[in-house]
Amino acid sequence: MDRFSWSNGLLEINETLVIQQRGVKLYDGDDKAKLDVGVALLSTHRLIWRDLKNHECCIAIPLSQIIFFEEQAAGIGKRSVSASTSLTLDAKIVIHLHPAPANKEPGPYQQSKFSYIKLSFKEHGQIEFFRRLTEEMTQKRWENTPVSQPIPTATGAQAGRTRAVGIVGIERKIEERRKETDKNISEAFEDLSKLMVKAKEMVELSRSIANKIKDKQGDITEDETIRFKSYLLSMGIANPVTRETHGSGTHYHMQLAKQLGDMLQAPLEERGGMMALTEVYCLVNRARGMELLSPEDLVNACKMFESLKLPLRLRVFDSGVMVVQLQSHSEEEMIASALDNVSEKGSLTAEEFAKLLGLSVLLSKERLLLAEKMGHLCRDDSVEGLRFYPNLF
Amino acid sequence: MSFEWPWQYNFPPFFTLQPNVDTRQKQLAAWCSLALSYCRHHKLYTLDVMEAQESPVFNNKKIERKLSLEAIQVVFEELRKKGNLEWLDKNKSRCLVMWRRPEEWGKLIYQWVSKNGMVNTVCTLYELSNGDDTEGEEFHGLEEWMLLRSLQALQTEGKAEIITMDDGKGVKFF
Repeated sequence: MDRFSWSNGLLEINETLVIQQRGVKLYDGDDKAKLDVGVALLSTHRLIWRDLKNHECCIAIPLSQIIFFEEQAAGIGKRSVSASTSLTLDAKIVIHLHPAPANKEPGPYQQSKFSYIKLSFKEHGQIEFFRRLTEEMTQKRWENTPVSQPIPTATGAQAGRTRAVGIVGIERKIEERRKETDKNISEAFEDLSKLMVKAKEMVELSRSIANKIKDKQGDITEDETIRFKSYLLSMGIANPVTRETHGSGTHYHMQLAKQLGDMLQAPLEERGGMMALTEVYCLVNRARGMELLSPEDLVNACKMFESLKLPLRLRVFDSGVMVVQLQSHSEEEMIASALDNVSEKGSLTAEEFAKLLGLSVLLSKERLLLAEKMGHLCRDDSVEGLRFYPNLF
Repeated sequence: MSFEWPWQYNFPPFFTLQPNVDTRQKQLAAWCSLALSYCRHHKLYTLDVMEAQESPVFNNKKIERKLSLEAIQVVFEELRKKGNLEWLDKNKSRCLVMWRRPEEWGKLIYQWVSKNGMVNTVCTLYELSNGDDTEGEEFHGLEEWMLLRSLQALQTEGKAEIITMDDGKGVKFF
């Protein structure tokens, strides 16, 4: 409160009034000032307070002396001894001030133990007042158009953290938030890369276990071995071929095809030499873990099998169904087995055949159709469904 | 004498038109011979496609299979190509079945005529199809349009001449 000096209440030549608000009480720090309710005026240069009744009683403080200010919502102010007389706690604006310069004009207080004052708004209007004050403090118009009378300004170092207000403040906040987001994202990905490292370890581990199983065969039951192998199968590829490592285009697909050739051999043999492309897609991507393949890349890689002389082939059935099959997997054998099965049972539907061979229905149907195409089977298409019979014609 | 069904008749795929070209050809051949022998056995000369579907030939109740209308059309079309069938209307709903082609009938009739020394004589069409003399012959009871066709076939061969008389038609064999 000692920063205020007496004023005549008149504006200087370059000074303009920004806003005025009635019913404002001043606080010296937390204590109620010994002044009555008055009008608070905000100009481009100063914060002025004038007593409501006694217009001669007018005090002012240059805006340049304000360090920062903040809002204090109604009802949460500290109830000091002097404030206890008022029953309601009004919304306040707390204004922190630089120490008064030595050449300061005299004011109502010679000294004060507080370095801040409060404006208590008895008749509201604090929101607009705060907004205007923020604007003025951002624009700093008092610097551009100095009043004729030099206003003593505090040049002391702006101690402590300056609190950003106004558009600059908002911008700064946005910037901060962006940095925060950046940090969060990079942290999140850090976790992922850690996970990848761990995944690699897991693959290594599973591989070593697999080797141990091989050594200790007999100690563990067949069933367990098989189950464990199926786990391992889905664990995957230690260093998958990716676009990052092998560029894009043909070279990438070629490398991919080679890797597919290695990893699909075993599962293909298990499944009788043929797998639908969708099945392959699932298996491959499960094994790759994070470096997922697009269906397109997979098809393109599979198309490379033949030119790379890999023991696998991509086969497109007449129906458009695509399968990956072992090269050794001959059509004649397939047809012969289909014919054998059908002859044995008299007749078969695709579903029954699928069950018999442990194939997918799609594939078993393709086989039956193939055998039909070769003239070894014929069909019976009735309300009961499509059945295949040995071709007796 | 009951009709003897071929083995295919109890083979369910027989009632599904086979997509395989070779298989289908064999299947159609079997159908043609079945249809013709059935008609011959029952002395059928005209067939209605809708009715045919319900007749035992195309509908095997025992194995619960019947040939679809489309498939029957295909079979009939096949018969037509072989000269054993003629459509009676443009919609192809009724047809004449000739389990013996007119030329074959003509041959049979001519054989009988020459055997009985009736060459150079005139006889009516009724005599040929319903006369006491022809009883026991295959062409006995032959429908008139069929008989006429056969005689026309003979006529083109120069072995007979059809004469139009007041109360019907007659034929003179040479």
